[in-house]
Amino acid sequence: MTELVLLRHREIPKINQLDVYKKNGGFEAFEKVVTSMKPDEVTEIVKTSGLRGRGGAGFPTGVKWSFMDNNNWPHYVVANADESEPGTFKDREIMESNPFQFLEGVAIASYAVGATEAYVYCRGEFWELTHVLDEKIAELEEAGLLGDNLFGTEYSLRIYTHLGAGAYICGEETALLESMEGKRGQPRLRPPFPPSYGLYGKPTVVNNVETLTNVPLIITKGGEWYKSLGTEDTAGVKVFSLSGRVKKPGNYELPFGTSFRELIFEHGGGIIDDRPVRAIMAAGASSALIVAEDKALDTPMDYASVRELKADLGSASIIVIDDTVSIDWVLKKTIHFFEHESCGKCTPCREGNYWMNHIIERIHGGDATHDDVELLDSVAKQIENKCLCALGEFSIQAVMTGIERFPQDFEIAVKN
Amino acid sequence: MNKIAEKYSGDIEKIIAKYPPEQKRSAVMSLLYIAQREDGYVTKHDINEIAEILEMTPTEVVALVGFYTLYHDKQDGKYRIQVCNDLPCALRGADEFLENLCENLGIQVGDTTEDGLVSVEGVMCLAACDKAPMFQVQTGDGLKYHEEMTVENTMELIESWKKEEKK
Ligand SMILES: Cc1cc2nc3c(=O)[nH]c(=O)nc-3n(C[C@H](O)[C@H](O)[C@H](O)COP(=O)(O)O)c2cc1C
Ligand code: SF4
Ligand code: FES
Repeated sequence: MTELVLLRHREIPKINQLDVYKKNGGFEAFEKVVTSMKPDEVTEIVKTSGLRGRGGAGFPTGVKWSFMDNNNWPHYVVANADESEPGTFKDREIMESNPFQFLEGVAIASYAVGATEAYVYCRGEFWELTHVLDEKIAELEEAGLLGDNLFGTEYSLRIYTHLGAGAYICGEETALLESMEGKRGQPRLRPPFPPSYGLYGKPTVVNNVETLTNVPLIITKGGEWYKSLGTEDTAGVKVFSLSGRVKKPGNYELPFGTSFRELIFEHGGGIIDDRPVRAIMAAGASSALIVAEDKALDTPMDYASVRELKADLGSASIIVIDDTVSIDWVLKKTIHFFEHESCGKCTPCREGNYWMNHIIERIHGGDATHDDVELLDSVAKQIENKCLCALGEFSIQAVMTGIERFPQDFEIAVKN
Repeated sequence: MNKIAEKYSGDIEKIIAKYPPEQKRSAVMSLLYIAQREDGYVTKHDINEIAEILEMTPTEVVALVGFYTLYHDKQDGKYRIQVCNDLPCALRGADEFLENLCENLGIQVGDTTEDGLVSVEGVMCLAACDKAPMFQVQTGDGLKYHEEMTVENTMELIESWKKEEKK
């Protein structure tokens, strides 16, 4: 078996303790960059690695870092630990069990963009975890791995946690920055993007927890090494959060390009009671519904291949649906989520989700006709492309593909 | 009378120090949690006090209490049990768990037990979808996860809180 890159606590017991992490090479990469490399050289290695953001959008990480506006200071790094997409629970495991590798990733990113202050924005529900992270950060300061004049150089860095308070939209990077500024978490109009106008109006890199946790090993082993993992389209490894009707739900670190079939049937142990798998959501509740036929199951999980199924891999949160539930029930759940989480800033998203929620309640409750299914579809289409942020688009993915790809479920729902 | 400012002055100073001096307002989320330590919810007095400390208007602070789900503006149960019944957990029995738990407590989803000890509600994904049924318990002192739960061991947990109260 190849060595794990992210979930290393599964191979190295107690890697959440600083002495153990250091014994296994921890903070050598950070020391190396601070003492012997220019910030741009660090960014170049990350560019070479092909690392793309793991928060859902898949934007090349090194390219993002190189966009930082060098005529406006100070610079900030913010780690996005808001992890609230239904079906996603990887960042939590990484921070709980391999926290120092994550923090070293934050530190290297900060050096690369010249930030002397970095924040970790944790969703409010990660209360206990955030307090543990505070302790880990304090340990690093005591050990001289964070603080002033690191490794005898001019470079200083402090990392702080910031606790959110329950709002999915705060995972969207500009809403997150608003929230950090003590405002309601509502997305900003973009452009400008955070690398030119971010936290307090200063250039800011926002990266997902998993993205940053890749960085220390990329520095140690090189960009080419990382690029050799995964597929041509999508380099590297990914923590796939597998949930729903499988025997063994959980996080699985695998190279990009692993098939849905391997994830669900080998790693996940197959479907509960060996029932047939009907549908797959690949990016949590924000996903299109993929019909789980052979062609789909054999599709390699990288960004380009999943797009061929008219779906997105997003954060790679794989929700597995069997024949014990109906698709109208699935939509009831996803619509309820988005109706609750819409920040209310734009009318199509706010009102559209409100109406979709009413209509799906009727359909699932058996009080609807075929016209209501068409109405649901048309409300979804009125939300399409009319929203300030991606949440609006996310909210209609399952609705439109559910109605289109599983018409029989809706026929049954309206017949009764 | 400055309730939280006096009682938690050390904590508050530390929190404000995380942010640039002219960006005190960033501390508002943490201060609202501190306010909830006292009564389990944010009072009008707290709002005014936080606004004063951070040089915000009370209206701005109120808007945040309304926007974020972990802040409360009224007293519910001392222990808020927030069961995740979002899609992935619901595919693993979370809806039945929530219903059975409430039935055992003799309350409706969203309500509080007569003794004021426990409220139960359904909430959105808590990033523990492989550990359903699961819930978090919010009290004034913070939040704690309980994963792979049954109604039986949840009732035992509630019994242990009752004993704690009697002490
Ligand atoms: C509604 C919404 C919710 C999001 N939630 C998260 C989240 O919880 N965690 C995350 O890392 N990114 C989330 N994102 C993506 C972020 O906006 C941003 O793209 C990401 O943090 C950038 O980091 P990356 O390049 O490392 O992926 C969300 C986006 C949207 C539109
Ligand atoms: S699309 Fe929805 S969540 Fe995004 S800004 Fe508009 S109302 Fe808010
Ligand atoms: S759906 Fe319940 S924790 Fe994710």
